[in-house]
Amino acid sequence: MLDKNGIAKRIAREVKDGYYVNLGIGIPTLVANFVRSDISVEFQSENGVLGMGPFPYEGEEDPDIINAGKQTITTLPGASFFDSATSFGMIRGQHVDLTILGAMEVAENGDIANWKIPGKMVKGMGGAMDLVASAENIIVAMMHTNKAGKSKLLKRCTLPLTGVGCVKKIVTNLAVLEVTDQGFKLLERAPGISLEAIKEATEGILIVQDEVPEMEI
Amino acid sequence: MIRKTVADAQEALRGVQDGMTFMLGGFGLCGIPENAIAELVQLGIKDITCISNNAGVDDFGLGLLLQKKQIRKMISSYVGENDEFERQMLSGELDVELTPQGTLAEKCRAAQAGFPAFYTPAGYGTEVAEGKETREFNGKMYVLEYAYKSDFSFVKAWKGDEAGNLVFKGTARNFNPCMCGASDITVAEVEELLPAGSLDPNEIHIPGIFIQRIFQGTLYEKRIEQRTVRKRD
Repeated sequence: MLDKNGIAKRIAREVKDGYYVNLGIGIPTLVANFVRSDISVEFQSENGVLGMGPFPYEGEEDPDIINAGKQTITTLPGASFFDSATSFGMIRGQHVDLTILGAMEVAENGDIANWKIPGKMVKGMGGAMDLVASAENIIVAMMHTNKAGKSKLLKRCTLPLTGVGCVKKIVTNLAVLEVTDQGFKLLERAPGISLEAIKEATEGILIVQDEVPEMEI
Repeated sequence: MIRKTVADAQEALRGVQDGMTFMLGGFGLCGIPENAIAELVQLGIKDITCISNNAGVDDFGLGLLLQKKQIRKMISSYVGENDEFERQMLSGELDVELTPQGTLAEKCRAAQAGFPAFYTPAGYGTEVAEGKETREFNGKMYVLEYAYKSDFSFVKAWKGDEAGNLVFKGTARNFNPCMCGASDITVAEVEELLPAGSLDPNEIHIPGIFIQRIFQGTLYEKRIEQRTVRKRD
């Protein structure tokens, strides 16, 4: 079974040379640590920066340079700053090649819920609804089951939706799956994870064709 | 040259009243109009509606207005950093309209640019789109969203000149440019107010036509919400 870094490491392999990438908060943020150093990638943060770099050295934090998680960051050569409308223009206009975000639930039809638990968590959607409604290429990074052990890959989402029919690929601690018209198609198994374990943890329709390889990480 | 300078926050906020709607720039605590917020607290006006991406933290930013129960309604995309906010929202004292971040930015920009409304795919099929007009373009569904109407915009820039021209710094730019000229009166506060002619016209982010009043801000705290650093090797 993969840990959070393992999930991030597997997703990093989906990041290709020349991509502009938006990373959500949580596991997606870790992806930046594992992207191959021999390819050119720029990370976008929706609060208005392209070309994000690592966290600053102690004493070099600039309160005017943060990411969407409100963390102090640095920029790399070629970076740019812009206003929020321009930032979402990049997202809505599909200029960002890949969006990686977390989720509480994903349904077999590609619906995603990740912003609200009625009566419990009402912090707001931030940029998530704009991102999922617009991005052509969305990868969800999440655990296969929730803390109570219940599947997060469902027939239908039970929580308020963030977007409809938008998720294409999911990487969990157990598997890599593709959302198809027929349901979740199993592409890869995490190292040492059996087909049975994945079936057990998936509530929605799971499509298994041929031999399902183990992930290469 | 048309001069936009006023002496201070007090003069810049002349005319604000109970029940008004304000746009306030900033993302988290980054690029917020600290001086205008302090003056709103000082004035003690009530029942205001704030259009702002976030609601500050308990003891800084818009949290200061929440503490004094001056805000009746918040229009934001994310409000996760403020316990007092959550308490007032759950108790029903505070009305909250959660809006997708890109839609919020565009509703400001539309007001600035003279568009009454626009279609966006954000929120289609979710509770955000409930009761709203939807329409299909090229096989994809969109939601009709209206431009905001607001009495004052309070924005913060890095540098400005007497003509109201603005230059922003880093990600402190965020919603600030989108809110300039999007209300009846736009008040800009700057860290450095310069004579006209000091800024290169090629490098101005927001032209002074969008600004009615500009003043030199003071005592910027620029609080960092999440200080993250790496160790030196």
